[in-house]
Amino acid sequence: MKQTLLSLSKLSKQFDDRKVLDSLDLEILDGEFITLLGPSGCGKTTLLRMMAGFEHPDEGSITLGSQDLTHTPPEARPLNTVFQNYALFPHMSVFDNVAYGLKMEKRPKPEIKQRVEEALAMVQLEDFAKRKPHQLSGGQQQRVAIARAVVKRPKMLLLDEPLSALDYKLRRTMQVELKRLQRELGITFVFVTHDQEEALSMSDRIVVLKDGLIQQLGTPREVYERPANLFTARFVGETNFFPGRVDALNDDGTIIVDVFGLKRRFRKPDFSVVKGQPLHVLLRPEDIRVLAPGDDDGVAGKVVERNYKGSTLDSVIHLTDGTEVLASEFFDEDDPTFDYRLGEPVRVSWVDGWEWLLPEEPAVVAEEETVDG
Amino acid sequence: MGNTLQQPFRTAVLVLVWGWLLFLVFTPNLLVVGASVMTRDPSTFISLPMNLDAYRQLLNPLYLDVFLHSLYMAAMTTLICLLIGYPFAWSLSKVARKNRLLLIFLLIVPFWTNSLVRTYALKLILATNGLLNNALMAMGIIDEPMQMLYTEGAVIIGLVYLLLPFMILPLYTVFEDLREDFLRASHDLGAGRWSTFIHVIVPLTLPGVLAGVMLVLLPAMGLFFVPDVLGGSRNLLVGNVIKNQFLDARNWPFGAAASIMLTLAMAFLMFAHRLSKRRIGEDGV
Repeated sequence: MKQTLLSLSKLSKQFDDRKVLDSLDLEILDGEFITLLGPSGCGKTTLLRMMAGFEHPDEGSITLGSQDLTHTPPEARPLNTVFQNYALFPHMSVFDNVAYGLKMEKRPKPEIKQRVEEALAMVQLEDFAKRKPHQLSGGQQQRVAIARAVVKRPKMLLLDEPLSALDYKLRRTMQVELKRLQRELGITFVFVTHDQEEALSMSDRIVVLKDGLIQQLGTPREVYERPANLFTARFVGETNFFPGRVDALNDDGTIIVDVFGLKRRFRKPDFSVVKGQPLHVLLRPEDIRVLAPGDDDGVAGKVVERNYKGSTLDSVIHLTDGTEVLASEFFDEDDPTFDYRLGEPVRVSWVDGWEWLLPEEPAVVAEEETVDG
Repeated sequence: MGNTLQQPFRTAVLVLVWGWLLFLVFTPNLLVVGASVMTRDPSTFISLPMNLDAYRQLLNPLYLDVFLHSLYMAAMTTLICLLIGYPFAWSLSKVARKNRLLLIFLLIVPFWTNSLVRTYALKLILATNGLLNNALMAMGIIDEPMQMLYTEGAVIIGLVYLLLPFMILPLYTVFEDLREDFLRASHDLGAGRWSTFIHVIVPLTLPGVLAGVMLVLLPAMGLFFVPDVLGGSRNLLVGNVIKNQFLDARNWPFGAAASIMLTLAMAFLMFAHRLSKRRIGEDGV
């Protein structure tokens, strides 16, 4: 069992009239890769800055092990940050940038030299020690920023959207590299991003944030497959929301739900349900099966959009009642019914057991209506 | 297609710029260089033969004294401008944006009044029966008026007053460009306020410091009307010497040589400024 390294307790922060963090509790475990995920303005960057010491909470406390860090200035915290735009000192060479933290600790010169060289070797930049930051590419600057932050052997590395300035391909490479570094160093990584794909592929645990509140805390799989609420379901990945109504409660732990007139048997959800209650049936695009129009199963609709994605074929299907369905199917070249033309009638079904049920959320529904209107 | 349309315009602009530089910058300077190596002539101002007498005269202890004293007053002016301007520009960059524009506006307003007029206004303040002496006496801080006018101090006050905005504006731009992230990164890596100031803030604002020094130091050696109005006869600037050579002493070669010295000093400062910018990678590779 991993131990708690940093614990955030009842953190609140207000900027002018806006509550950025609202009594937030979070325990960060030793050695984990934890991601703070949310749209802009959700409080994730403020939270990271509080850990680093650049912002101070109005209320609440931050403790590292048994040490209270709440009012400790950033220079006295055993944590280091990789900044969004790297913030490499432009007047210093790569070597001096990485050595900066050790010089501030007044380490002896030979030790500084050795540790800086080790850190640069770790990010494969040994040959660039004499360059100035402006002579490096974005990816190289990124790696210098990482070397500069880990050379002090912090207990925890805070990464503020470190990959957002890189192009797609480089971002993928750096994701792999960051994971490798984290495994090799065994340092706890706290990673801030608004990119759900990045969060899913890199993290041990994800904290989904919205309006300064934790929406869900769990493994990538839990967050993707069992979202705690409609916000998480919408924000992480693409989702079809089908309106359902509880038709019957069975004794064997299943319920019958009416979806588009189909009576489907689902596992009973964690929240309490009563007969006649409306609920959301969530299905990821890859859970959807597109069937031939003559099939007995499913609901009738027609294909309005097809996107060839290489390994998958993504389609948008309008059901007869106007509901839009996203479907993402893997190629099966042996299946003659696979390729549909635009406008072609089809039937839409899904794999039973892959659905996820959520209760109605009046506030969110109302909000969505105003957005649509 | 756009290219052919733009061609005449492009040519016109280039001719204008190069013509301007050739006739109004290059030629006059060449004339000054030419004059400096000629012989003084009471009736035609300059005449042949060519020689370096004017430059030799620059080394005359009398003029060397004037030059060093002028340099001293200019250096003091620059230092005071820097000491006031640096924190001023720093705090200015921290003020909320709409107040900041107002403050910069207030900084520029005095330019709308002729600087000679403003120097005379300063004279009224510093005079023996001036505003400052009267105010100090009314407050009981001093019993009798202090001699402030016609001192070295008065010249320096006048120069600081006229030149301070030229120090603040370039410093303000470097402070505005100074990203908060650099300071955060420095603290994050374990540096306190003082270390961050020395290792990060000073080097990153150095181009602004040098630009400000350039804009203050050279004019502070040349603004001859300030000593004329405030300084009396003992506090001359190099600018006074040059003016006197051309208008009173009629020694054009010497005046020209003195102004070339000033130009060379300026060139040296600009070179240092470029070096400092290159250090932080702002001036290309």
